[in-house]
Amino acid sequence: MTSFPLQISRPIHPTGIWNWITTIDHKRIGILYGVTAFILFIIGGIEAMLMRSQLASSNMKLINPELYNQLFTMHGTTMIFLAIMPMGAAFFNYLIPLQIGARDVAFPRLNAFSYWTFLAGAIILNASWFLGGAPNAGWFGYAPITGKAYNVGHGIDFWIVSLQVLGIASLAAAFNFIVTIINMRAPGMTFSRLPVFTWMSFITAILLVLAFPVITVALIELMFDRFYGTNFFITSAGGNPVLWQHLFWVFGHPEVYILILPAMGIVSEILPTFSKKPLFGYPVVILSGIIIAFMGWMVWSHHMFTVGLGPVANSVFALTTMAIAIPTGVKIFNWLATLWKGSLTLNTPMLYAIGFILTFTIGGISGVMHSQAASDAQQQDTYFIVAHIHYVLFGGSLIAILGGIYYWFPKFSGRMYNETLGKLGFYSFFIAMNITFFPMHFTGLNGMPRRIYTYSSEFGWDFWNLISTIGVFLLAAAMIIFIYNIVSSWINGEKAPADPWDARTLEWSIPSPPPEYNFAVIPTVEHRDDWWEKKMQNKTSEEISSGDIHLPQPSYWPFVVSIGLLIAAFGLIYNIPVAILGTAITMIGVYAWSFEPVNDPD
Amino acid sequence: MNKEETSNHPTPKIYISTALILSLLTAIEIGIFYITSLGYWMIPILSILSIAKFALVVMVYMHLKYETKIFTIMFLTGLILATAIVFALMTLFRFF
Amino acid sequence: MSDSNNDSIHEDTTTGLNNRKLLMWAFLGSDCMFFASLIATYLVYKGKSVTGPNPIDLFSIPVTSVSTFVLLMSSMSMVLAYSALTRGRLKVFRVWLLSTVILGMTFLGFQVFEFRDFTVNEVKISCEQNSPKYLELENKLSNSQKSEYKKQCSENLESAHIEFGMTPRTNLFGTTFFVLTGFHGAHVTIGVIWLLSLYFYSFKRGAVSAERHLDVDLAALYWHFVDIVWIIIFTVVYLFGVYEGF
Repeated sequence: MTSFPLQISRPIHPTGIWNWITTIDHKRIGILYGVTAFILFIIGGIEAMLMRSQLASSNMKLINPELYNQLFTMHGTTMIFLAIMPMGAAFFNYLIPLQIGARDVAFPRLNAFSYWTFLAGAIILNASWFLGGAPNAGWFGYAPITGKAYNVGHGIDFWIVSLQVLGIASLAAAFNFIVTIINMRAPGMTFSRLPVFTWMSFITAILLVLAFPVITVALIELMFDRFYGTNFFITSAGGNPVLWQHLFWVFGHPEVYILILPAMGIVSEILPTFSKKPLFGYPVVILSGIIIAFMGWMVWSHHMFTVGLGPVANSVFALTTMAIAIPTGVKIFNWLATLWKGSLTLNTPMLYAIGFILTFTIGGISGVMHSQAASDAQQQDTYFIVAHIHYVLFGGSLIAILGGIYYWFPKFSGRMYNETLGKLGFYSFFIAMNITFFPMHFTGLNGMPRRIYTYSSEFGWDFWNLISTIGVFLLAAAMIIFIYNIVSSWINGEKAPADPWDARTLEWSIPSPPPEYNFAVIPTVEHRDDWWEKKMQNKTSEEISSGDIHLPQPSYWPFVVSIGLLIAAFGLIYNIPVAILGTAITMIGVYAWSFEPVNDPD
Repeated sequence: MNKEETSNHPTPKIYISTALILSLLTAIEIGIFYITSLGYWMIPILSILSIAKFALVVMVYMHLKYETKIFTIMFLTGLILATAIVFALMTLFRFF
Repeated sequence: MSDSNNDSIHEDTTTGLNNRKLLMWAFLGSDCMFFASLIATYLVYKGKSVTGPNPIDLFSIPVTSVSTFVLLMSSMSMVLAYSALTRGRLKVFRVWLLSTVILGMTFLGFQVFEFRDFTVNEVKISCEQNSPKYLELENKLSNSQKSEYKKQCSENLESAHIEFGMTPRTNLFGTTFFVLTGFHGAHVTIGVIWLLSLYFYSFKRGAVSAERHLDVDLAALYWHFVDIVWIIIFTVVYLFGVYEGF
């Protein structure tokens, strides 16, 4: 009798674009994430450059206020949700199975689904530019300005719906990595032997699954207000816009740790490799990460010091915020101690990692200044905060990501990048970054508010704004050097060996790029930094696979379900029948996915 | 493998007696609800009864008592954080 | 690691636990945060409605007690279904599984009935001078409701029948109540669809059995979770809701 229900066989050795659409290989998915996120990063960067051009001097008329509002909203939303988070995901995807000695993640199709859904979210958000205007109420979308009364067009609707879709993508990925890290570790790979990057990713994934539901509810409430006339944030009915702020920041604060912990993990991998020493204080670094994640739930109202919560609330959150600086500082000291008396190789990835320590610390210092509720009253909503966030996100998350791209470049591309260009790119980047963002400390303390499209010359802000604008163009040039180096090396670079850096963790024990099955023989782990220890004890050998390697098979359905969500999202904004169609496609996709046969390998 | 499993699973008898206890607790809750002279004490009493029902379903029906601690940690992490956030928000909005 | 109390360690994974089961428990932990946010919203706005009916005007504890009991019993039937399956009694499994579906649908039916009743909520207010009922409701009635009362009473009737209903748009109570219970109902609906699919799936030879019971186990965990969320909602929203001092 026919199979139940109608079963479509899985793709067999798909080629070309179908290969990419149906892939469930974590390495290819990682590359998809990385390339897509980088393109979106460029878009976010262009949005920034437009804003900075408008602010280069007082009273400029390059960008009108309405467009400016859309630019800062899209810049923030893009950089956080479409650039930094997915770049983190690129690293999770590529590296975690390799670092734990596994052949793939726990749920390969769910993994592919996360990527395609992320892409759908990116498309939905950016479609707004062409469909009546982008969202314009900031990346944090405060009520009531996001309500129907003040924001009639579809821009905010796109913001809401795209974030929900992106939320689904992030949740799916996070659940996947939690199960993978718990359940797919090679024999002997205990938690105390896990590479720091994998540990930080594990903590990040836990934060994700606990924080995203909160913003999901906040967005549902806002959407219901806008679409169905409910009263969540309608003051005339007794609704309280401050509730939006609380729900948003209960999500939003853990979110910033989601943005920085993977970066800290990357730095914790690079520094030991190029210091030829193990990470100083591994258990303490891990524990600090856990403490940061735990305490991250207790600080959220430091984003609301000027709302009028009262002295008790402000004091409590000020204290918790100051306290969270401690585990952060502990990590910094451990990184410094790793460098201390190490045999240092100051190549490109190492420069980025050391740069991280400098600029992230600066960001941390301004952060601690904000934690003092009284002084924050002056700093809130000024460029002083903009300086802080860019030092921790650009000089923190991004600089580590760029370092990580260089560090693992030989592994994922199979080529060596050009070291001279790499160093040139780093120095241009580092200098340009500081030129762009350091002056914002001054303009902020001199009273320049955030999110203003222009300013009068009487304030005396012109000079530093011009410097920042020049800086951002220098940054663009630095990024061009980076892109050129990566692309030309990927195409043409010298072939890379398995372990060009004489590194410490398992991913360096397999060829560059790794074969589809990662490990010919799943390693048995005996130490932390197992690959390094095995090399020191001369226990490395060319392992030959003893038998069948079972790999997961490609599948159409993750892509189909994502398409269904994409269609449903547009339908939700415009036309209910389209939403129903999208939901139907999603459901069919889910059923087909559940009942999909497992093809036997030839 | 199956022998091991079935000897650790509660029997249908346990499931049914749990159902009876749950029904009884619900009946008590509703009964208490109508005793208006209890005043504000109703709140803690009803809370305790609900928590008891919650715990019974989770530990017996959802099997958490008999399973690995890993599942308990995963579930309790979400549950405890969720409870804390609810109380924190209530406090911030001067509910108490 | 061997743990003789543990009946689930036999998979080829690092912990011996099944990946999907781990996923389901992680998901349930995460879903606690989802409902917590909705419950927090409900509680933060409790008692703050400017107009419209309050819980005491609408809730019927006897009716909701029945639906609560129905859902509780559906958890029992679910676990009996699972138990039957693990002992290889496929036909008994199907009976209990279908019972769970029916009980779940009954619960949903009660919700629909209740919601529709709330949107109408016809109240009878006597037309006598200083009618106590009128005084009780006066602050919560809208102007159109008040003029309707006056109009009916001017026709020399003994009492007027006013619609004192609530939709999600009416007030904060309506908004927070319908969205919270609505999303709970959506979770129940997804559960009903899942269980019904499992029911039909079980007719395929070998699809579920004493050895292959993970699919049912996962669905059961989800179903019980939906029940425990309702236990919280019943107490916090309904029982506490009608109590004046809360």
